[in-house]
Amino acid sequence: MGAAPAARDVTSYGMGLAAPLALFFLVFFVAPLLQLFWLSLHNDTAGLHWGLGQYLHFLTDPFSLGVLGSTLLLGAEVTAVCLVLGFPIAWLYQRVGPKLQTVIILIVLLPLLTSVVVRTFAWIVILGRQGIINATLQSLGLIDTPLKLLYTQFGVVIALAQVQMPLMTLPLITALGRIDPNLDDASCSLGAGSWRTFFRIVLPLSLPGVIAGCTLTYAAAITAFITQSLIGGGQMLFMPMYLYQQASTLQNWPFAAAISIIFLLAVLAVVSVFTTLGRMSRGYGGA
Amino acid sequence: MSGRKRTLEAISFELVMTVIAVIALLIIIAPSLVVLIVSFTSGFSLRFPPPGYSLRWYVELSNAWQLHFAAKNSLIVALWATGLSVVLGVAAALAISRSQALSARLLDSLFMSPLVLPALAFGLAALMLFSLVGLPVSPLTLVIGHTVVCVPYVVRNTVAALAQLEPTLLESSAVLGASRLYTFRRIVLPLIRPGIIAGAFIAFMSSFDNVPVSLFLRDAATDMLPIRMWQDLEGKLDVTIAALSGVLIIATVALVAVMERVTGLSRRLTN
Repeated sequence: MGAAPAARDVTSYGMGLAAPLALFFLVFFVAPLLQLFWLSLHNDTAGLHWGLGQYLHFLTDPFSLGVLGSTLLLGAEVTAVCLVLGFPIAWLYQRVGPKLQTVIILIVLLPLLTSVVVRTFAWIVILGRQGIINATLQSLGLIDTPLKLLYTQFGVVIALAQVQMPLMTLPLITALGRIDPNLDDASCSLGAGSWRTFFRIVLPLSLPGVIAGCTLTYAAAITAFITQSLIGGGQMLFMPMYLYQQASTLQNWPFAAAISIIFLLAVLAVVSVFTTLGRMSRGYGGA
Repeated sequence: MSGRKRTLEAISFELVMTVIAVIALLIIIAPSLVVLIVSFTSGFSLRFPPPGYSLRWYVELSNAWQLHFAAKNSLIVALWATGLSVVLGVAAALAISRSQALSARLLDSLFMSPLVLPALAFGLAALMLFSLVGLPVSPLTLVIGHTVVCVPYVVRNTVAALAQLEPTLLESSAVLGASRLYTFRRIVLPLIRPGIIAGAFIAFMSSFDNVPVSLFLRDAATDMLPIRMWQDLEGKLDVTIAALSGVLIIATVALVAVMERVTGLSRRLTN
């Protein structure tokens, strides 16, 4: 009795130290979410009549379903762009010396820590009617009138991809760093070309990083309220703004609660699909 | 023949990857540079390149009392939220980091969940609960809400730092007769301090930049900087915001440089 707990005591701390944060989360995180769920199960704003009316309203309303669909699609597009652009950065990172590695990491890291409003504002400057893209195309004589880039799906995707790129690139850098470089050499010396080695060896072995990056990027892209609303403008509505309008402008709390729950479930579903894939890929990578 | 083919093939691969990587890095860095350049414009619009250069919008910014007020509020809330996150988060990290118990794993998932759940939904939920129990929105509710979404960064970075701590160090210290508190103060804390600081830094930055939680949990008198900026941008494109963005970008670069020195921030985020 005496020796075992004493030996454990010196290297670990009691679970009691987690109690304050656990209590804090119970009161200010779990309880609010339960209350949100409770309110979503009511048909009236006062929360007196139980029912699934809010969910039925959402799931039978083509407009609401359209908002959900375009939000999920937006996440997929942003994640794809981030993966295609982020993977070569991680690849380059493994090829350069330590000095350049620090430079690459800091370039990737800076946007993550720069205010989202500032980063989004930058895209307004770039995509605007007098922005860089339009000014360049006009001075080259390629277009006469400015292209509409702001308030388009293209604009939202490219801006969100830049804003969320660090979330994709950092796990990829970690994953590629764990691959034994000998495998690359072995594959090449056995006659597989660089492209084949990349798609058959490097990409499969980096799957845990790809999946971690995709999860973070997807979750961040579909909830990125500021970038969606500033670059998308009034015509494009995504779930976060829809939720905010219902809650704040229309004061329809039960419906806003139902939107929140549906949105939460959608995010959780995507995250758990990615997590399951991640577990499978780890088995694959380890084998 | 085949050797030559392989070389060409290898070159094509390296070229494609390098070109995409460089383009991607440019896309990442360009927006900040563009804002910095535009903030020094002498004109009235966000035209790029600017017609001329001046510091007029920085002078304008120094007189923009609304933005100063909002920045002060954001700073105060971020400092309180970071402080609370460090106290609660480091204690929780100590408890869960070396435990294999199911309760520890579950707590870990609970403490990390604000990172993936939509913060706007949490903001609305917290507002509903506060109004149910009759707690009016105030700087206090803001600090509580911000702490929930910022504490995961402190927990994660502290757990990572603790995972690299050699258990034998703690055992040696105990064998030599040091009390647990003494060992914590003289051995554990100095070794995990960079991790705590890195976590606190990210928590601070994310609180200072938070919009979704603040939108629901602030009172009318408490204007927050990112919301003020967002609303200014929704209205009209004000060049003062470019000057403010310039200040924020430079402050971020400076802070990241300091943090890189103090905590090796870049290594922490790729391990």
